[in-house]
Amino acid sequence: MTDTSATLVQGTLDMLILKTLALEPLHGWGISQRIQQLSRGVFEVNPGSLFPAFRRLERAGLMECQWRTSENNRRAKYYSLTKAGRQKLRSETREWERQVAAIARILQTAS
Amino acid sequence: MGIWTSLSAGLRGLFRKREAEQELDDELHDYLDKSIGEKMRSGMSREAAHRAARMEMGGVEAVKEGVRSASWETHVETLWADLRFGARLLRFNPVFAGAAILSLALGIGANTAIFQLLDAVRLRSLPVKNSEEIARVVFERRGSRSGNFSTRYPDFTYAIWEQIREKQEGFSSVYAWAPVPFNVSPAGEVHNVQGLFVSGEFFETLGVKPALGRLLSTADDQPACASTGAVLSYWYWQEEYGGRTDMAGEKVTINRHPVPIMGVAEREFYGVEVGRNFAVAIPVCAEPLINGENSQLKSRIGWWLSVMGRLKPGWTAERASAQLRAVSQRIFEAAMPSEYNASNAKSLLAAKLVAIPGGAGVSDLRESYAEPLGLLLALAGLVLLIASANLANLMLARASVREKEMAMRMAVGAGRGRLIRQLLVESLLLAVIGAGLGALLARNLSQVLVASMSTEQAPLFVALHTDWRVLGFTSALALFTCVLFGLAPALRATSVSPGVALKEGGRGTTQGRSRFGLRRILVVSQIALSLTLLVGALLFARSLKNLATLDPGFHRDGVLVVDIDFTARHLPNEARRAFSDELLRRVRGIAGVDAAATAAIVPLSGDGIGHDILVGATGESPDDVPVAAFNYVSPGYFETLQTPFLAGHDFDERDRVGAPNVAIVNQAFVEKFAQGKNPLDFKFRVRRLMKTSAPYQIIGVVKDTKYMDLRENREIIAYSPQAQNEEAGNDALILLRSSAPLAGILSGVKSTAMQADPDADITFYNLHKMIDDGLKRDRLMARLSGFFGILAVLLAVIGLYGVISYMVARRRNEIGIRMTLGADRRSIISLVLRESILLLSIGLAMGVTLALAVSSAAAALLFGLKPHDAGTLIIATVSLAVVALAASYLPALRASKLDPVEALRHE
Repeated sequence: MTDTSATLVQGTLDMLILKTLALEPLHGWGISQRIQQLSRGVFEVNPGSLFPAFRRLERAGLMECQWRTSENNRRAKYYSLTKAGRQKLRSETREWERQVAAIARILQTAS
Repeated sequence: MGIWTSLSAGLRGLFRKREAEQELDDELHDYLDKSIGEKMRSGMSREAAHRAARMEMGGVEAVKEGVRSASWETHVETLWADLRFGARLLRFNPVFAGAAILSLALGIGANTAIFQLLDAVRLRSLPVKNSEEIARVVFERRGSRSGNFSTRYPDFTYAIWEQIREKQEGFSSVYAWAPVPFNVSPAGEVHNVQGLFVSGEFFETLGVKPALGRLLSTADDQPACASTGAVLSYWYWQEEYGGRTDMAGEKVTINRHPVPIMGVAEREFYGVEVGRNFAVAIPVCAEPLINGENSQLKSRIGWWLSVMGRLKPGWTAERASAQLRAVSQRIFEAAMPSEYNASNAKSLLAAKLVAIPGGAGVSDLRESYAEPLGLLLALAGLVLLIASANLANLMLARASVREKEMAMRMAVGAGRGRLIRQLLVESLLLAVIGAGLGALLARNLSQVLVASMSTEQAPLFVALHTDWRVLGFTSALALFTCVLFGLAPALRATSVSPGVALKEGGRGTTQGRSRFGLRRILVVSQIALSLTLLVGALLFARSLKNLATLDPGFHRDGVLVVDIDFTARHLPNEARRAFSDELLRRVRGIAGVDAAATAAIVPLSGDGIGHDILVGATGESPDDVPVAAFNYVSPGYFETLQTPFLAGHDFDERDRVGAPNVAIVNQAFVEKFAQGKNPLDFKFRVRRLMKTSAPYQIIGVVKDTKYMDLRENREIIAYSPQAQNEEAGNDALILLRSSAPLAGILSGVKSTAMQADPDADITFYNLHKMIDDGLKRDRLMARLSGFFGILAVLLAVIGLYGVISYMVARRRNEIGIRMTLGADRRSIISLVLRESILLLSIGLAMGVTLALAVSSAAAALLFGLKPHDAGTLIIATVSLAVVALAASYLPALRASKLDPVEALRHE
């Protein structure tokens, strides 16, 4: 079990969720698995922070939901990006890249 | 966009709650299922996968709570739940809730009501545009004028007003006005309303607009007064004419003269006198028509007008004063009364006119009520302080009771913030209910105050508005108290580890002395403050009693004053006395009338005549002449009022015009002038309206009586026979004494007067009631301070009772042990009482100090006792001590009846 999720920079969880939804609509479990996979197991998101984030993003109008029947015949809630969500993801990504590049530059010169 | 999504989703969450919850539940279980499926695929057993998935999730309910707190509607919901819970708690603790809310409401209500009134009487400006530009012209110093003074503001004669209008430069325009009662009854019994004589500039200068028709202008106020008309006030128009708009051709009868109604002033305009509301205004030029031969306008020594104006842009009252001072002498020269002798003229010419700010209107009320109201406001402030202390005490008591509840709720997982918020909501609930009731109470209380300041002759009109500033301030104070003393225990309770609190058993954490210490301090200060209020209440009550039981030198009971005005008969001067005597003769003949007499002045009515008294042979004297109060009375006056003779005898039929002048004087007169000589040998002359009379021979000496005011010192009074008064008025002012009910006598008087003169105007009042009306202010002070005093004592006693009861509950075990060890009931009672005596004596000591320090503020309003009256202090202290001890005796008694076994088992 890794503690990395605890050090997840504030606000990045929202960005990661939006990113996973950029390809296709997913349900909660799918989102958590996708984050884990894409980060190669570095980030393990726990449901206690995942679900409130869903609610937050939904309320902010960045993603919307749809009820579908999942494989095991249960009602499953699928989230997808809204137009605003896509814009938000683009701007957040740009901002993130700018910051990471800046931090990287600082770290390089310092060493 | 985000807001709308959030709002609509939130509202859905609020109103379709079950559905939203079901969805959340479904979603989480779907997640769990998938998690379990994944774990089983990777080789876990079903049970192990289940457990692992649950562990990862960390509790479905916790996750749900997390999701809920990410949405706003949850806050609304918890707030609502807190409110309902708070309301239920209050309902289940009616005594606590009642005491808290009532004390708050009374404190807030009383403060707001009194401040409102004080503001209306003292601080508010006139309801006219740019009221700060209004200024009033007055004499710089009083006492430089002689003559005939009438109306409430007898600043100037008509001649001086004309001169001021002509010679002033600081005002863009000036106006003169005078408040006079108008009899608007067309016939029979007099019905007076508040009338105004106004100069033509009045409405225009003030910028008052008509609500109907037109207002008076300078064209309506010309010396000839050819086309006079009346302007009604808005309320009078509503009341008497039902607000009809077809008023063309309507007339109002003023002192039997029909005057056409011209228009109605705008709604907000009540005149320029604070505390009074005019009914009808007519031009100054109409005064001779209305007052006939008693006209003040035509007399050069008739002082009756007040002058105000609107300052020119850029002019201040100071600048206008400088200009007025400069032209004063020329004004007085031009308006010099021909009746004045050299010394009168000299003092008038030396006088200076000045302008003073008049934007707040003029008011005799302000002088008489500003101080009492200020004092009442201070008293009400103390009550609010006591109410706050009481509230704090109640909140603290409740907090200690609920400490275990708090600990329990924290133990089962309630967040600290959640608990604090709930306590906060409860405190706010109390404060809001209290403030709401207070606002309601303020409205009613100020009406009661106005009513108790009004008299029949002078109804008080105050434009009262709910004062949101004060209400806001007092409510904020209440809120602050509630939150502070509601929250502090909450913070404290929630900071204690629940385990510790629960382990403490039945006793809670209040074992610590500090909080109990706070409660004691609160009770001590309550006692101190309430003693102060009680002292104030007693002082005013005793002052009122002194005034009400004061011997005015005559018996006020059973005396009816009847004024029969026979102006309509148009009698010549010589015939009036005879007719007046005839009326008196007939009134004496009515069955039930024991005695009757006529007089020029009814004692204590506020009217008075003053004449210079000249002693010595020639009758001429230096400038500083002693003045005596005068009254012209018929034989039988002293018998009617039951004023005893100390020497000599009453007037009789022989004392009439032509016979030598005679007088009856009071003791004070004798002491001042006769100085040891036999008063019956004493002669003096009188100077009235600048003329010196023939010498008066004293034929009797009577006991001192009060003349104008109960509070006055010994007044020098001289009486002379009405039959020797050359000028007879057009009315007979009859005082009659009867042991029968006065209402019955009244109908006899009416029919008698009607028989003698069918057109007579009759006014009447009860002498006793009139004197009582003069004590309105004292009664108001006594009643309100009494009310506040009782309220304060009640609150303090409740506080003391609460603290002692709490102490008994807290020391149950100790008391139980003492009893098992052989302590008897008396020693238990004294154990408990010792505590309350300690608190009480500290409180009383502080209270006495405080009362001594502040009671001197009331000195000017007290009659017949000093503010540091020892008897009052002792009575207040003893009675508060007795009540307080009685209140703490109850819990002491309860403690002594404890069953020791029960008490110990409680552990």
